[in-house]
Amino acid sequence: MSFDLFFFYAFGLLAVFSAIAMVGFVRHIVASAMSLAVTTISLAGIYVLLAAELVAAIQILIYAGAVLVLFLFVIMLLNLREGDFAGGVSGWNAFKLAGIGGSVGVCVLLAARVSELFAVAQPTAPPPQGFGGYRALGIVLYTEYVVPLELTGLILLAAILGAVVLAKRSLD
Amino acid sequence: MNIPIDQVIALSAMLFVIGSVGALARRNVLVMLMSIELMLNAVNLALVGFNRVWAGVEGAARLDGQIFVVMIIAVAAAELAVGLGIVLALIRNRDSLNVDDASLLRW
Repeated sequence: MSFDLFFFYAFGLLAVFSAIAMVGFVRHIVASAMSLAVTTISLAGIYVLLAAELVAAIQILIYAGAVLVLFLFVIMLLNLREGDFAGGVSGWNAFKLAGIGGSVGVCVLLAARVSELFAVAQPTAPPPQGFGGYRALGIVLYTEYVVPLELTGLILLAAILGAVVLAKRSLD
Repeated sequence: MNIPIDQVIALSAMLFVIGSVGALARRNVLVMLMSIELMLNAVNLALVGFNRVWAGVEGAARLDGQIFVVMIIAVAAAELAVGLGIVLALIRNRDSLNVDDASLLRW
């Protein structure tokens, strides 16, 4: 097994396990948020293996940085009691395990079948020099995709305003 | 050397299903938000994988997939900010994290 493939499997297993832990098997909500961080960091590792270095850096900055901090801040602001954590895991455990395991298995089979049916193309050659780096991505982003980029800025502005309005004490 | 893309798609499908199970089965609104983020991440993984295929094609090495991923990450962050604002409003009005307590608009 080659170096790349080994790390792909390692990161993939880590991502799947921590995702399952996040959804079903962690009792405390902070541990759920940490599992989400583990999943996103391992996905960033896979992005590096897939020649997407800038996307990997953005992934770590946004998800392991901003999103995680946002979740933790909200959890901290909420002033939760012990009772708020109940009702997720206890009685449902076996049923949920079966559900998650079954659907994941079906999914793997489906993906194998789909890649067989449509003959998914495989990467044949290594990517060109600088592919997925900040220079290549930046040039495309600021020339060809400049209108979507500006619209994304508009969406972010609207989201900031929406969050401020929603989080205010009274809506008047 | 090269990672098989069908395995990347299989991993992406697994993460998406785990996320959708979480969004549908859990009643905790924060875990539901996290599951939605997980589903968006799974889609990003599929897009990066497909883009890697194009990177190997001579003269057609384009970055559209990765641009899509950047846009999706930005929109996901916006969605999360609004979603957490709604969570705060829900806590203030219902004093609960359980979505079943906010069933006023349900059929």
